[in-house]
Amino acid sequence: MAIPKVCGIETEFGIQVLHGDPNPIAASSVLINAYANEVARQQIGWDFEDEAPGNDARGYAREGSMPPQVETHLVNTVLTNGARFYVDHAHPEYSTPECRDALECLRFDRAGELIVIRAMEAADHVAHDGSQLVVYKNNSDGKGNSYGAHENYLMDRAAPFNRIVAGVTPHFVTRQIFCGAGKVGSETAFHDGTKVDFQISQRAEFFEEQVGLETTLKRPIVNTRDEPHADPHRYRRLHVIVGDANLCEVATFLKVGTTSLVLAMIEDDVAASRSLILADPVTAMHDIALDRTFTKPLTMADGTTATALAIQWELFTMARKYAEDQGLDCLGDESIGAMVLERWEEVLNGLESNPMSLARQLDWVAKLQLIEAYRERHGCEWSDHRMAALDLQYHDLRPSRSLFARMDTETLVDESAVVDAVTEPPRDTRAWFRGQCLKRWPAAVVTANWDSLVFDLGTDPLRRVPMMDPLKGTAEHVEALLEACASPSELLDRLSS
Amino acid sequence: MAEREQKKKTTTERTEEVVEEVPATSASGEKLKAELDDLLDEIDEVLEDNAEEFVRNYVQKGGE
Repeated sequence: MAIPKVCGIETEFGIQVLHGDPNPIAASSVLINAYANEVARQQIGWDFEDEAPGNDARGYAREGSMPPQVETHLVNTVLTNGARFYVDHAHPEYSTPECRDALECLRFDRAGELIVIRAMEAADHVAHDGSQLVVYKNNSDGKGNSYGAHENYLMDRAAPFNRIVAGVTPHFVTRQIFCGAGKVGSETAFHDGTKVDFQISQRAEFFEEQVGLETTLKRPIVNTRDEPHADPHRYRRLHVIVGDANLCEVATFLKVGTTSLVLAMIEDDVAASRSLILADPVTAMHDIALDRTFTKPLTMADGTTATALAIQWELFTMARKYAEDQGLDCLGDESIGAMVLERWEEVLNGLESNPMSLARQLDWVAKLQLIEAYRERHGCEWSDHRMAALDLQYHDLRPSRSLFARMDTETLVDESAVVDAVTEPPRDTRAWFRGQCLKRWPAAVVTANWDSLVFDLGTDPLRRVPMMDPLKGTAEHVEALLEACASPSELLDRLSS
Repeated sequence: MAEREQKKKTTTERTEEVVEEVPATSASGEKLKAELDDLLDEIDEVLEDNAEEFVRNYVQKGGE
């Protein structure tokens, strides 16, 4: 049986400085320090003990490949909701805590947006030079520079990596038809010579290989980073770099929910009724981003053809049968699996009959509808700078400027639940233990990372508490214990006894 | 969204019922257009004044 699909999203945000020093690393540091010092009022550092992003799931690294470097000197904080908020390269980045299901993952991703909004306000407040930080939840600057929105899924180590690659590639190539964030124009050599008005995905054109370790150049559809942040003998963490950052709640929910479901089917070795192996997944991915009618036939490895929509219908049909045969407990509560299937079918029906009917659910449709309406009112061509401006400003996270925030898109989580998620960790993963310890004893926790907490009790040596299982340390497991402990030393005594 | 639900229904319901749905569909179409008009009014106010400069100045380093 497939294991619980614990999941999370890491978002790198675009950042811009108005009327001040444009250095993005400095700006990202100011943003995160402003949040830690002015809003959260505590700063717990990150522990790099466990970081090894150069490990390859295939067991080797290809010649000439460039494993990512860990930057230990940049601002790094852990929040009481169990999330990590830090500077990565030249961007502020927020990683949700580990979540038990797609709806929780959405709630904590949305909490990340609120955290960034509060951080921007705090940074404005402390700025003495009249400068202002502006943060965008998007994935490219329109000039060939892309930054990621990665997802992570807990997988059973027993599932062979080759099977994961074969099974997940058709989904990664085609899921953009509902989770693409939309983009005006094109910005890579792939499109040289062809005029592109609009693409359904921000990221699709940046992918150049089917499988690989890199994340910043020659980006692969399936990333092989093998860094489980958990017991490596039992678990794998599939690091997914292929997606766009979403603002529409339905799109985020479906991105995580359908991917969790496809990965569960791979663990349980469920076969499709026809081969879904694409002859050239990279080119297919680029082509789909340009095809808003979903009628372009893609060549399959067996010589037949299929459209992106047909591949999605095949995956959906497999998933529905899998649910009937084996249930969807691995996706969380019973209602979550049912909701994933229901929403998935709805968007596929909508994309088939009238894509523009999904403007309240999907980012690329919302953005396109806005742009088309604007074009009609002002009579402008696609080449008009205002098209690119609308695209960019759609993703501006400032409530005063965000175009997305002005659109009446459908929500799946209550705003009050999102506000709770800014400070409260999820109850049903180890993030609960991490967040609660930070809340209760911030002075005693020196550093934290995904799979351990380090305490300083004032006596030598520092004490590390390992958390190698993402499904332990939940409220159910340790709430009574934490309630019963008056101090961190009492907690550590009880844990080691 | 309401419009999509109506579309799904028309494929399964009998013809005489489809006729009854026509006014509802065009009413929701007009409502949608009115909402879009309001949205565009608002966007005309908040969209960056100098679109060309705004877009040109947005330059990021690659990440990940």
